[in-house]
Amino acid sequence: MKEVVTLANVGKRFGAVQALQGVTISVGKGELFGFIGADGAGKTTLFRILATLLLPDEGRAEVLGLDVVRSYRDIRKRIGYMPGKFSLYPDLSVEENLRFFASVFGTTVEKNYELIRDIYSQLEPFKTRRAGKLSGGMKQKLALSCALVHRPEVLFLDEPTTGVDAVSRKEFWQMLRRLREQGMTILVSTPYMDEAVLCDRIAFMQEGKMLALDTPTGITTLFRKPLFAIRASDTWGLLCVLRASPDAASVYAFGSALHYSDNRPSARADELLAALQADGFTDVSVSVIQPGIEDTFIALMEEKQGSVDE
Amino acid sequence: MSEPVIHTDKLTKRFGGFVAVDALSLTISGGEIFGFLGANGAGKTTAIRMLTGLLAPTSGKATVAGFDLYSGSEGVKRNIGYMSQRFSLYEDLTVRENIRFFAGIYGLTNQAIKEKSRQLLDSLKLVAVADTRLASLPLGWKQKLAFSVAILHEPKIVFLDEPTGGVDPVTRRRFWDMIYEASKQGLTIFVTTHYMDEAEYCDRLCIMVDGKVAALDRPDAMKRTFGVESMNEVFIQLARSKKTE
Repeated sequence: MKEVVTLANVGKRFGAVQALQGVTISVGKGELFGFIGADGAGKTTLFRILATLLLPDEGRAEVLGLDVVRSYRDIRKRIGYMPGKFSLYPDLSVEENLRFFASVFGTTVEKNYELIRDIYSQLEPFKTRRAGKLSGGMKQKLALSCALVHRPEVLFLDEPTTGVDAVSRKEFWQMLRRLREQGMTILVSTPYMDEAVLCDRIAFMQEGKMLALDTPTGITTLFRKPLFAIRASDTWGLLCVLRASPDAASVYAFGSALHYSDNRPSARADELLAALQADGFTDVSVSVIQPGIEDTFIALMEEKQGSVDE
Repeated sequence: MSEPVIHTDKLTKRFGGFVAVDALSLTISGGEIFGFLGANGAGKTTAIRMLTGLLAPTSGKATVAGFDLYSGSEGVKRNIGYMSQRFSLYEDLTVRENIRFFAGIYGLTNQAIKEKSRQLLDSLKLVAVADTRLASLPLGWKQKLAFSVAILHEPKIVFLDEPTGGVDPVTRRRFWDMIYEASKQGLTIFVTTHYMDEAEYCDRLCIMVDGKVAALDRPDAMKRTFGVESMNEVFIQLARSKKTE
């Protein structure tokens, strides 16, 4: 597989803050690659380096086989970049924004309409509306259209779904899947763990470092302790009791259940159930579950930091 | 059952011909964790701006923390807490200065401010960084401080507008621990979020679609009604059914 993006030991420092450290990744052609992490994990710094907007302090970064420092002009023509902050012109209409970005790249909307049709057709009824007056979900679709209008070979999308509601998020990911099917290479960052499973491969980022890199299913094999979903009507009471247990490795709320991992490899659901019933939780249920992406991310974070500081 | 902390009856806000909030009727009681959900543009922000006394309603009735929204909006502002992800504390002030500033705004006496500052720094374990500027603290610490500062003046209710956006999964859950603890002590929590797993942590939920209440119930009851396993599915069903109309 031909590499579209290669990072070798990339580091970046802003004063006292080490924003990125020792990041090594290669992304192949046609891959949908996700960077998963919270604010401050270094995702935006990484995207800015790849988009040739920021110079790395250490290491090497290549996009489409070109060095991001020496060949930045060539790279810029061939990539599409959607920054985390809405960066289109709020005073221009939907259509004017799109035409502007096409002309900057020396092309026309008509020439590449096929590529953006799927996304832009949803905006066309509003094409005379000013971009600043669009809803969050529509702004995001316009920004993606503008990033695609010159038919780039690789897309960098920095937190395209942050602050967007669950329905618009789902639609946006369906668009990304369709672009990927057409052979587009896509690097996308997100703080939403549920989006990670939609990527071919993911990198967990935390405080500038990469915690793990694998396929979504591969990454969950890093979670090694027995894991249980435990439910009771008094969720808060249950959480307090489980946290106080000397065998508890971790206890976290996951929707309506608690995910409890045990330090004893031999821990069993029926024994936990009996113990909790004896503690007065009459309506408690316990079942063994497979760890998900979020369970794994939390476990890796805790491993890295000893125990996460209070 | 204690006095309701929020009571609204057909609360409505129009902007010209556009009805942003359409006949919102809610009763929220003391100590409740109330989740307020909706797609972008569903009217959540407008509703919150009315309930916090920042925007006058067009019609309908409402009392918040014992004050009428029309005649007592200043009383409302003094008796509620508010925190959002976007604006909460001043990054250029130290931890101690932030506490003092917000306590002053809410009219606490100098003596009370001293007392409260000491308690707060102690309970949040921030004594060592009391004179550090906020900008250099980890997000999780800032968030805990922002929440504590929002309820420093002991309001009956606190509005949390997407308090956990962009936060790592552990910090997000630690934040919810604080929410639970505060609600156990009787504080009413009115919270918005885009994380559907957080919706499950609420006592009751209201889902807004196009300015109207599309569903209002306990999370488990709502999932039963829609015959699905998660709040995410409920939300997508509701928001999507409107879109295809």
